[in-house]
Amino acid sequence: MSGRGIFRRSALALGLAFLYAPLALVVVYSFTASKLATVWAGFSTRWYLELASDEALLGAAWLSLKLAFVSASLALALGALAGYALARFPRFFGRPLFAGLVFAPLAMPEIVMAISLLLLFVNLGDFLGWPSQRGFWTLVIAHVSFTLSFVAVIVAGRLADFDRSIEEAALDLGASPLETFFVITLPVIAPALAAGWLLAFSLSLDDVVTSQFVSAPGATPLPVVVLGSVKLGVSPKINALGALAIALVSMATFAAYLWQRRREGNQRSGVNS
Amino acid sequence: MIRVEGLTKRFADDVAVAGVDLSIASGEFFAILGGSGSGKTTLLRMIAGFERPDRGRILIDGADMTDAPPHRRPVNMMFQSYALFPHMSVARNVEFGLRQESVRGPELRRRTEEALDLVAMRDYAERKPHQLSGGQKQRVALARAIVKRPKVLLLDEPLSALDRKLREQTQLHLIDVQQKTGVTFVVVTHDQDEAMTLASRVAVMNKGRIEQVDAPRALYAQPVNRFVAGFIGATNLLPAEASGEGFLGEGVAGFLVAAAPVAGAGPFWIAIRPENIAISAPNAHLPRSNAENGRVEGLSYHGDHTVYFVRAEGGALLRAARFNAVHAASAFHVGDDVTLAWPPEAITVLRS
Repeated sequence: MSGRGIFRRSALALGLAFLYAPLALVVVYSFTASKLATVWAGFSTRWYLELASDEALLGAAWLSLKLAFVSASLALALGALAGYALARFPRFFGRPLFAGLVFAPLAMPEIVMAISLLLLFVNLGDFLGWPSQRGFWTLVIAHVSFTLSFVAVIVAGRLADFDRSIEEAALDLGASPLETFFVITLPVIAPALAAGWLLAFSLSLDDVVTSQFVSAPGATPLPVVVLGSVKLGVSPKINALGALAIALVSMATFAAYLWQRRREGNQRSGVNS
Repeated sequence: MIRVEGLTKRFADDVAVAGVDLSIASGEFFAILGGSGSGKTTLLRMIAGFERPDRGRILIDGADMTDAPPHRRPVNMMFQSYALFPHMSVARNVEFGLRQESVRGPELRRRTEEALDLVAMRDYAERKPHQLSGGQKQRVALARAIVKRPKVLLLDEPLSALDRKLREQTQLHLIDVQQKTGVTFVVVTHDQDEAMTLASRVAVMNKGRIEQVDAPRALYAQPVNRFVAGFIGATNLLPAEASGEGFLGEGVAGFLVAAAPVAGAGPFWIAIRPENIAISAPNAHLPRSNAENGRVEGLSYHGDHTVYFVRAEGGALLRAARFNAVHAASAFHVGDDVTLAWPPEAITVLRS
């Protein structure tokens, strides 16, 4: 093997180790028999069993998934509309202000957003009687308010390099503007919408800062619960949870990879037929 | 078939189309020719319904379509980018217009296949647009635009995305399809060769106005003004004033005498096509009119013909062209003294 070959291989190995060693450690230490998350004391699956019976943690995980699903869906609807407005209407009253507000959460420190949302909810509760306390729906509103910016950016970007003459062609061939939107525009930008939804989903799923401020004892998402429990010392239970999350994400990524490969395969065979 | 009356369109402060009147007959292959910014595309888009005119009327087959939206006009358009629907197969693209008319079942299949046959793309019906070459996309776009048998087919720069070889072949194909279907074709192009090859009549547009509408032959031989003379093909253009024996042109010593007398006062411009100017060895007995002595200042070889740039003794730079198959390409060189001469029929007198 030449010197350059050795260099390349070690660079690759180091890179992979940098990315994956921490994850591998979490998986390894999830099987420790010790009470301490960082000490290896023989193999055991007890922490997985304990995790399975930890109502609080599982409840938080379920809440987080629900929260991510609902807020990503709402963020998709609102963010897509905002992105559409910004990409398609070059001039309307208050456009610069609107654009500024839509994109502000991308640049603003999250803590500022979080505090301002808390103040909003407290004041709303005082003056309108809703929300009387913070809970699931205040979390949803808070998450939508920052994830919709990401959806808006992605959708506006996709629409910016969208060939408008495709829509004109549909109109020209007799489709009404509404039909054109649903039959042409929407399917063509669908990948951007899916990407926006997924991004919003994952941002919501692991949000700590905003959630911390607008959650309530009965409705606390998983990352906040985990952070709280870590303050009392890390239990290998958290490692087990982490290992499960890694397994889930790996499977989803692998499935996406297989799907992508099958699609490309179809396209290639289409060319050769 | 199409009547356009006083059509005007402004964008902010720019007048894109300024009071255009136009009449296109049924079954005609018509071209709108102009440079970029001449308003030709805006005119086409107003006929299609994508732009609203500020003033004027558009009548299609006798019906006033000025305010009709694009999906209610008996007009289809082939877009410059072809605008195929990327998520639909070739067949679904072509069917699209028919489905909007609620054509279903065997008729849908028959008419789709007919349109695909017309452009020889039936074997590609199940492909997606990204699997097609540029020429194939163009043919699918044509099939999709013509499948509804519109009264008028508008083509926006239909060949600009193709390479040169393919373009020639596609031009003949377009003419063939137009003759087979009998649909009125209106093509917009910046390419004069394309306009002259395709169309039976050509409108030359400049700065939002139509300068001349004529058959290609007439546009070339009888341009109505300096713009058309200069835009269609190459020409020698000389400012001139009337004089007893003919015209006195700027930068030339001899008189310019046209075949037919021209009445009235100037200003005039004289246009002479380069291929109508004969170039020869210096002539000691130069005629008093339609001839000029000069020196070759440059030449450009074009394979089939050579263009000589000759500085006349009066100072004008004249171009003379001749076919290399008839005359040797290397007959004259830079620096040679030559005599230029042209017949009176070669002179076109322009008033504007």
